[in-house]
Amino acid sequence: MTTSTLAEHAERTVPPLSPSGRRRLGSRRPGRIRAKLAKIPLNLAVVFILVITVYPLIWLLLSSFKTNDEFVNGSVFALPETLNWQNYIDAWTTGNMGQYLSNSVLAVFPALALIILLGTAAGFALEVMVWKGRNGVLLAFLVGIMVPGQMILLPLFTVYFQTGLSGSLWPLIITYTGIGLPLTTFMMATFFRSIPREVFEASTLDGASIIRSFFTIGFPMVRNGIFTIALVQFFFIWNDLLIALTFTNSSALRTIQVGLLNFTGEYGATQYGPLFAAICINVFGTLVIYLALNQRVMKGLTAGSVKG
Amino acid sequence: MKHVLGDKRAIAILLGPALLVYTAVMLVPVLWSLGYTVFEGNTIIGFTFVGFDNFTRLAGDPKVWDAVLFTLKYALVVTVGQVFIGYLMSLLYVFVLKKSSNIVRTLVFFPVVLPTVAVALLFQKLFEVAPQTGVVNSIINSFGGESVDWFGSGANAFLVIAIMDIWRSIGFYGVLLYAGIVEIPEDTLESARLDGATGWGLVRHIVLPLSLPVLLSAVIFSINGTLKVFDTIIALTNGGPGNATSPLTLYMFQTSFSYGEYGYGSTIALLLTIVCLLVTVFIFRSSRRDLTKA
Repeated sequence: MTTSTLAEHAERTVPPLSPSGRRRLGSRRPGRIRAKLAKIPLNLAVVFILVITVYPLIWLLLSSFKTNDEFVNGSVFALPETLNWQNYIDAWTTGNMGQYLSNSVLAVFPALALIILLGTAAGFALEVMVWKGRNGVLLAFLVGIMVPGQMILLPLFTVYFQTGLSGSLWPLIITYTGIGLPLTTFMMATFFRSIPREVFEASTLDGASIIRSFFTIGFPMVRNGIFTIALVQFFFIWNDLLIALTFTNSSALRTIQVGLLNFTGEYGATQYGPLFAAICINVFGTLVIYLALNQRVMKGLTAGSVKG
Repeated sequence: MKHVLGDKRAIAILLGPALLVYTAVMLVPVLWSLGYTVFEGNTIIGFTFVGFDNFTRLAGDPKVWDAVLFTLKYALVVTVGQVFIGYLMSLLYVFVLKKSSNIVRTLVFFPVVLPTVAVALLFQKLFEVAPQTGVVNSIINSFGGESVDWFGSGANAFLVIAIMDIWRSIGFYGVLLYAGIVEIPEDTLESARLDGATGWGLVRHIVLPLSLPVLLSAVIFSINGTLKVFDTIIALTNGGPGNATSPLTLYMFQTSFSYGEYGYGSTIALLLTIVCLLVTVFIFRSSRRDLTKA
């Protein structure tokens, strides 16, 4: 690590780019060169880390275009000979990934909307409104963050089974909402804490009811927070396996995660290409969101954990 | 103005729905599940009261203790791996890459958002032996080694599970700990450097003590996640070979849904909850002792 501190000091004093865009001559002094050399092992380490992170994903993408013949006879490192889209068509239709994807969308987004609406309202009631016992209620919500999912599976399963809800996606929507609420409520309360109460008091002077000022003033003011929480909850729910596996009783109701889990056993055991294509389809949604919003996702997910 | 913000009807309208759903989905089922522990049966054959039979069975069930041992071993290894490597990553971000660390941070974080099932299937293929020789075995072969049957023995399967869970989360812990280290004032570091602290010395005596709070929250978050591990294992090994990689969560799931023993399943779930609580409390208390010493 001494080498790195040396390199560190060197880097700190490296002059900024001159107007012409080239480094000044000073950077060619021997000390600088030694500092640059000292950085090589560290740079190699960084490259190594990036390869380990990114290569499996590139390999996944490449494999999804290979034919069965290439899997059996070719090297694992070989590039696919053609862009074989047939794998994707097979995974989507024969492998039912299309159906599973639409189930996931139909279960996740209603739950997400409910979590945001109910959680924000509850956060507002617990933080902005003034009443006795709100700390107790907040604490009751906090307990929910700790409880393992296994603790609530059997009673909920019994209820859904006996009310006949098991034949629909409702068990997923209801359970996701309930599980998402503790963290959402808690974090929304934190966001409302930074808004002075006077804002809401002032709005009610104009005759608006407090509920109306929640929707017209409170909701828009925590827009950013809502967006962050929606992202975090989306990843939690979209990637969930336990709830989806327990509460869906027919293959027509499988979410994309449950579908992919069964894919290996039912169809993908012999069909390598379609299996890799199915994994790619599964990954695609989260990939797009992450590419577009990575900084917010990183902030949101890590913030959610520290609070939880 | 107090009466506007104290409007009982408005509070009920805003808080009511959330509290109702939360109570119905979380609080009531937790108590209900506690009730199940003194019954045996399931929704189809009905329930019979058995008193504390489930608890005596739990105490004498070797599979439970195997599962507890596996859960603890897994949680310990993966938590240490995640937090330790994550900490190294965060040091790399802060002290080596500095401003240019953003792109590395973003790339390394990427696996965090991927669905566990997808990552597990990917790792199955990466570590495959036959019919296709996977990437890992191909690399071993190219160095002249024999292919390893990664899912053939409990020890090897454990290794793959641990590698996968660390692989997919170091980006997360890197960023989490990075946020903690960046907050250390530059003045503090600079004066330590003037006093002659460099490299590891600087990290050990200045950075490490100052980042203990964020390290603690990383450990607690990690241990809570790893004690409840489920997706990773069901998708990667399904508890196999045999029961060699079966944690409490999976044993609970199989007992309840494969064998239809709701009472015993609830008892295992209760044990899991207690283990989570005990471990968290234990970490909190031992860390507090350390902090007062330092």
